[in-house]
Amino acid sequence: MFPNSFEYYAPRSVEEIFGLLEQYGDETKILAGGQSLLPMMKLRLVAPSILIDINGISSWDNVTEQAHLLHIGALVRHRKWEYVLDSRVPLLHQTARHIADPLVRNRGTMGGSLAHADPAADWGAALLALKASVSIQSAHRSREVPLREFFVDTFTTVLEPQELVTGIRIPLHYDSGFVGARYLKLERKVGDFAVVGVAVTLVLDPHGVVLDAGIGLAAVGATPLAAVKAESLLQGHPLTPELIRHVASEAAKESDPVTDRRGSEEYKRAMVNVFVERGLTAVHHDWQRLMDVSA
Amino acid sequence: MSMDVTETQPLGKAIKRKEDPRFIRGQGRYLDDIVLPHMLYMALVRSPYAHARIKSVRTEDAYAVKGVKAVLTGEDLAAMNLAWMPTLAGDQQMVLATGKVLFQYQEVAAVVAETREAAEDGVSRVDVEYEPLTPVMDPFFALSSDAPILREDREQTNNHIFHWEVGNKEDTDAALASSPVVVKEQIRMPRVHPAPLEPCGCIADYQNSTGKLTWYVTSQAPHAHRTVLAMVSGLPEHMIHVVSPDIGGGFGNKVPVYPGYVCAVVMSIKLGQPIKWIETRTENLTTTNFARDYHMTAEIGATEDGHVTVLKVTTIADHGAFDAAADPSKFPAGLFSIVTGSYRFPVAFAEVDGVYTNKAPGGVAYRCSFRVTEASFLIERVMNTLAYRLSLDPVELRRRNFIAPEEFPYQSPLGWVYDSGNYAKTLDTALAIIDYSQMRREQEKRREQGELVGIGISTFTEIVGAGPSHTFDILGIKMFDSCEIRIHPTGKVIARLGARHQGQGHETTFAQLIAQELGLSAADVLIEEGDTDTAPYGLGTYASRSTPTAGGAAALAARRVRKKAEQIAAHLLEVSQDDVQWDGTRFSAKGLSSRSVTMADVALAAYTNLPEGMEPGLEATYYYDPPNLTFPNGAYIAVVSIDRGTGQVHVERFVAVDDCGTVINPMVVEGQIHGGLTEGFGIAFMQEIAFDSDGNNLAPNFMDYLVPTAVETPHWETGRTVTPSPHHPIGAKGVGESPNVGSPAAFVNAVVDALAPYGVTNLEIPLFPWKIWEVLKQHGLTVS
Amino acid sequence: MGRTVINDQIMVHVTINGESRHALAEPRTLLAYFIRDNLGLTGTHVGCDTTSCGVCTVLLDGVPVKSCTVLAVQADGHDIETVEGLGHNGQLHPLQQAFWDNHGLQCGFCTPGMLMTTTALLRNSVDLTEHEVRRAISGNLCRCTGYVNIVKAVLEAKRRMGEETRKV
Repeated sequence: MFPNSFEYYAPRSVEEIFGLLEQYGDETKILAGGQSLLPMMKLRLVAPSILIDINGISSWDNVTEQAHLLHIGALVRHRKWEYVLDSRVPLLHQTARHIADPLVRNRGTMGGSLAHADPAADWGAALLALKASVSIQSAHRSREVPLREFFVDTFTTVLEPQELVTGIRIPLHYDSGFVGARYLKLERKVGDFAVVGVAVTLVLDPHGVVLDAGIGLAAVGATPLAAVKAESLLQGHPLTPELIRHVASEAAKESDPVTDRRGSEEYKRAMVNVFVERGLTAVHHDWQRLMDVSA
Repeated sequence: MSMDVTETQPLGKAIKRKEDPRFIRGQGRYLDDIVLPHMLYMALVRSPYAHARIKSVRTEDAYAVKGVKAVLTGEDLAAMNLAWMPTLAGDQQMVLATGKVLFQYQEVAAVVAETREAAEDGVSRVDVEYEPLTPVMDPFFALSSDAPILREDREQTNNHIFHWEVGNKEDTDAALASSPVVVKEQIRMPRVHPAPLEPCGCIADYQNSTGKLTWYVTSQAPHAHRTVLAMVSGLPEHMIHVVSPDIGGGFGNKVPVYPGYVCAVVMSIKLGQPIKWIETRTENLTTTNFARDYHMTAEIGATEDGHVTVLKVTTIADHGAFDAAADPSKFPAGLFSIVTGSYRFPVAFAEVDGVYTNKAPGGVAYRCSFRVTEASFLIERVMNTLAYRLSLDPVELRRRNFIAPEEFPYQSPLGWVYDSGNYAKTLDTALAIIDYSQMRREQEKRREQGELVGIGISTFTEIVGAGPSHTFDILGIKMFDSCEIRIHPTGKVIARLGARHQGQGHETTFAQLIAQELGLSAADVLIEEGDTDTAPYGLGTYASRSTPTAGGAAALAARRVRKKAEQIAAHLLEVSQDDVQWDGTRFSAKGLSSRSVTMADVALAAYTNLPEGMEPGLEATYYYDPPNLTFPNGAYIAVVSIDRGTGQVHVERFVAVDDCGTVINPMVVEGQIHGGLTEGFGIAFMQEIAFDSDGNNLAPNFMDYLVPTAVETPHWETGRTVTPSPHHPIGAKGVGESPNVGSPAAFVNAVVDALAPYGVTNLEIPLFPWKIWEVLKQHGLTVS
Repeated sequence: MGRTVINDQIMVHVTINGESRHALAEPRTLLAYFIRDNLGLTGTHVGCDTTSCGVCTVLLDGVPVKSCTVLAVQADGHDIETVEGLGHNGQLHPLQQAFWDNHGLQCGFCTPGMLMTTTALLRNSVDLTEHEVRRAISGNLCRCTGYVNIVKAVLEAKRRMGEETRKV
């Protein structure tokens, strides 16, 4: 299977990109890693008349740090986080190893994944949990949109046709003692989209009190979801098995899955419950081990 | 450790494969690697509907696409009387649809263009107007009087294809009525697809000047394909040259003739240029032959002390829109009558009814000797149910009912004569490897701790090597196979066979077999298959028939050569032929072993120094008509645990002990077993071609047709017993399919065993986690 | 100004297996077909349309990628390695040898992709476990071997290459 014919642009400057977007807007597709876009073009589910390859913008391939924020360029590949474990954001490493397969991870990008807005996207769930924001730019303006306001619907975001994602910002918790995270994914085989994906990340003080909590869910709604209420139940409380169970069942209530060939609505909701409980329990154990060692 | 190809007396040794050097260098020559001058590319227009009337097919816009050379429709073919082609099952199939389409993705038009891309562009511009009709997706509904008649080309007024039965119904019913214990299960083997990594394809190259068609095709049966093509096209058979190049896996998918092949041939004749057609993965999964789709009901009668008395099986077989099953002519349900398995059933009855539905046509023997997987899955699953009913260990139940070694040749109640086997020994070997009693103790312990752990057994019998000419033919052609051996003056050998390997290692294993017979090394023997202009006629490679049939032909052709060699040796040794003896590598004079000659010495003499009056040369051909089939068997044990939170099954161990008779190359045999187990694992846990009620195929690519990766695939442990076939020239039985035939039941039995304490006896494959979780929930077993 | 291509063929320059090559391609030409049809290196195969099977795996600037999911124009000016580039002076690469010795292939169709993925794995890893090898090849499907012998071959190649290095 082969894509339709298209005009191909490979700009070397961001100005050129925004110029093209302004000129052609709706007719274009942005080619980053291409690991979702090109298969869709081959199946002719997508047939853009203009393809803008942004891989020539080397500055978007960087990870930098500024003012307690991690800036991840739009072209940083998934594989980066497979090999890097940043103890301040362990969820990135935890999640990366579950995305698609190793070959796809070598090419696919975080920015592309967010812009594609697949409800089953692993990064979607993880970055919601991390309370990340998305850097968006066009010829005339740049804006920073919290990821929790970024997804509109399945394959739909707040991006305007002239805009594109230039990077992702993740808040860093410098003062906290311990950051723990898990990404749990139920997939039918390696390379499958999540049947259910659950990202949990916690910041705990030395007494085990939750300073910050993030819970993101994949494949259980029209977009990746943040389990906001479940998160709030954790805030300011010490982790206990009872609390964990309560939070897990709240998260399951917040999920909004549909029945399909990957499982019933009931099953998927139950998996959210199971994974949130397992994820939080695992983080709790991590913390306890750390305390045991330092004691 | 593997051995070098120069080993002498190579039979039974792990010789490194002769075909590998080209593959590991990327020098294999698969179909799509072949490029001919002026070659054009073809792509097919396919129906989005499972059932619809075609109102019009407009091709003008497609012709307007840059690079498009020609478009072919069903009407065009009808004008040539080629709109329909015969299937291997004696039905007919539309080449390009006229009137109605009968399954989603059915072939409607063909577009030929200068590039692959332009051909697809052309396809998107063919405008077909459909009037959608309600599709019939359920074979049981298809049989009801409410169902619309799908096949308007046939005279009959229902969707029934065939009824087939075997055994004694009356005695079976009587035995069931009088059996103290009867268990009954509904066993479904869903539709699956073999999905070799290389899809199907062909290049048709018709030369106007000579009238000769060279047809490069991904074919497991090139000679049969040549004959079928001659019948379909009207081209004289000697003017068709079929070349089956390196094949990237077949598993039954590359046995039938497909509409795309016929279109490519028609286009090449029409345009006078070579036409290449390669399936997309979607085309492969949605249109080329599926396998299984059997809805089976089984009843086993037994005594309270666990001796089986009777088996009855009723089956609805969903064949899709056309009966394109690739079975021997007399066997519409293949060799399903092996369903009594390894057990001594005094009486049995089986029946199968084939049904048309709005699904892709089929089905093929997917790594299986014609419906043997269905049969094996059924009997091994229901024997499990019987064991629970009787509160007997499934191992013990099997032992009590095995056909004993001294009972061979064994006449089964459904008509087969099993050649040999020692089922208890095979089972004992597997039990010893896994330490069965220890496993059961551990299971007990883990159960007490709340774990769900299961052990599943499958002790299956295969039936392979179709087959003896009194019973087996395809389109009337007897299912023999053949080998031609030529020894050149320097003692080097070329051997050509009617089979066609797709990764099984024939270039090595048949070289070993022939080298053993001729006292040479495998390095001295070149095996060629797949070229119908040079190879002798044979029926091809599927149904584990290569070793039983072509292997038999190879051994007997070699012995024919050796017979002549013996005469030449007598001449060279200056003794009478009666005084010549063969020790496996040399001819010598009896009682005077210091005087000897090798096969190479004899070969040179065959061209330079012959006995007076003898015909020069040293070669022979043998067409081998096997006297019987062969009956490999195996004992497989799976150990699984179930995640009570998610329903995911983890295969902790899997032991496979196979008995395929004499082993030619243990390394290759083990490789075949690993591969077959992996497919069996996929079938048990993830592979399924499902449809929605609108007739949409729900697994049209590898994102939804799930084949196992290295991460899911268990670590395989293997063992072996050797019970030679008494009638095969070297005692070999064939092995490539046993692991696929025997393993699904072992996996499912293990999962059922984990849940058996809660009354579960049956689960429908594939065992997706959500299905298991539903069962857990039903029994209050779920946890976080 | 970057490259602009309007619906026509353009010249794509690559270094492939150490050799400079160029050929015309449409923007929509996939790298896998560019390598096969335009450069005539048919060791790289194509087996699906959905970036699922990995038989088209090549190294792009040393990183294994599915070449059916990269445009040929994207490889312009880049370095590509394919199965044909493994081994030197007619000698097999230790990984190729280990696949042969351990029966790590049957039909051979997935083998080139499998070799390229594991070539990168061997270059980038110090130690390897069976589990790591299985994870590393999880984007490469094989329908024949059941993976066990592939994993064995990779581990053995790693061991042999380690021995070679120690000798030096």
